Amino acid sequence: MTHALDNFLFTYQSLIYALGINSLLALSMYVVLAIGQLSLGQAAFMGLGAYASALLTAKFAIPFPLALIAAAAVPALLAFVIGAPTLRLSGVYLAIATIGVGEVLRIFYLNWDYAGGALGLNGIPEEAGFVWIFGVLAVALAGFAAIARSRIGRAMEAIRADEAAAGVMGVNLPVYKLAALVVSAAVAGVAGAFNAHVSSFIGPNEYGFDAAVTILSFALLGGIGSPFGPVLGALVLTALPEVLRPLHDYRLVINGLIIVCVVIFLPGGLLPWRLSRIGAPR
Amino acid sequence: MSAPLLAVRGLTLAYDRTDAVKGIDFDVHKGGVVTLIGANGAGKTTTLRAVSGLLKPRAGSIRFAGREIAGMAAHRIARLGVVQSPEGRQVFANMTIAENLAMGAYLESDRVAVAKRRDTVLARFPRLGERLSQSAGLLSGGEQQMLAMGRALMADPKLLLLDEPSMGLAPLFVEEIFNIVADLKREGRTILLVEQNARAALEIADYAYVIESGRITLRGPAREIAENSEVATAYLGM
Repeated sequence: MTHALDNFLFTYQSLIYALGINSLLALSMYVVLAIGQLSLGQAAFMGLGAYASALLTAKFAIPFPLALIAAAAVPALLAFVIGAPTLRLSGVYLAIATIGVGEVLRIFYLNWDYAGGALGLNGIPEEAGFVWIFGVLAVALAGFAAIARSRIGRAMEAIRADEAAAGVMGVNLPVYKLAALVVSAAVAGVAGAFNAHVSSFIGPNEYGFDAAVTILSFALLGGIGSPFGPVLGALVLTALPEVLRPLHDYRLVINGLIIVCVVIFLPGGLLPWRLSRIGAPR
Repeated sequence: MSAPLLAVRGLTLAYDRTDAVKGIDFDVHKGGVVTLIGANGAGKTTTLRAVSGLLKPRAGSIRFAGREIAGMAAHRIARLGVVQSPEGRQVFANMTIAENLAMGAYLESDRVAVAKRRDTVLARFPRLGERLSQSAGLLSGGEQQMLAMGRALMADPKLLLLDEPSMGLAPLFVEEIFNIVADLKREGRTILLVEQNARAALEIADYAYVIESGRITLRGPAREIAENSEVATAYLGM
């Protein structure tokens, strides 16, 4: 009986962690979508954060908070480096470029023996818990909500609506695009570190194209009118497979179906509403 | 005569690999209204897009207030005070009217100045003031054009670029829009107006250039151009 209860709690706990981690990933997707860009590199950024933090803690015994900073900084740096040449790209072209980055990284991990190669990394200290994950999620959500309500959020929405018109109004498009990608990569990296430090194992195939599409589906299901939409999307899509446990093998199929249905019937997502701006004149 | 505020020389623009604009020259002097008229596809809007930085010229120079701006990023050109009111209905449809206007003053951080400009804009376009919290996408075509102009005026531009303000509008709105352009002119605004409605544009402008397939074929004071027999046949339907 106690064994069954322990088992249940164990499952339940990992679901709770997944809810928080996926919500962070959804927020990282939101930052990019909020300015009308499409990145499919979120899983790659997540993986980079996971590997950075796992290697630092497992191999160098670096304290977890410091490793977490590295997990944000490393993908942010990569986003900065790939951001400059890809800034001219938009829409589907940026998406393709970021898929490429993800594939390159996946193959790199596969062949990097020091990081376990195809077998992945084991024995990552289980440092991330409820407080870490949901604390960071709360801070990130509050931060993004504050930005959405500010002058910066207004400019982001203008870029999403009409890039050329926003530029003519004086919005510095390259800076906004690069900043969005860098912030998004940092958030995804932190989520990746949490993921590594709750599961104690990471492997090169966890951060591929499938994961990128799943992250995108969180944001699309929830809607990108406000940062709360993607979080709701992540909660629903993370909890759904647990609810529909008999259909577990068809999770990606259902994800796909849900995306199709949302695009057709709820183009604005589950939470399409915008946040009102602070100090916005009525 | 003083140096022009905007001086365009030998401007060549490519659009889909063919030269849409083939080495044109024109000037806009401070406080003047200059119009580029011509048929659809003559290269008027393309020219305007180059001035506002949305299109990089293939060759030629665009000098604004003595500075070369050809090929500069749009946001830097906006910072210098060149602001375009885009063609048609390019308002931010999902944002409210108030927020569209606020976007126009994006570069102005002084709240008092922004509030003052907004009052001026709303006095000019009272219809917008009645519906500040509505989505811009719900406005009629003419009202969206007014919002686009109001948004550009929120930037208090040194040079206002108006791209086909009368396009697709009902005659009543066309008249209203041109009355507003005339008001702006009286107030001393410098305007570069691109129009297919040559008759209305020539009535307002000081100076006019006629563009035909990417070349300027005629230039002169607007009144003279209006009386030119070729222009009358080709553009004024006489």
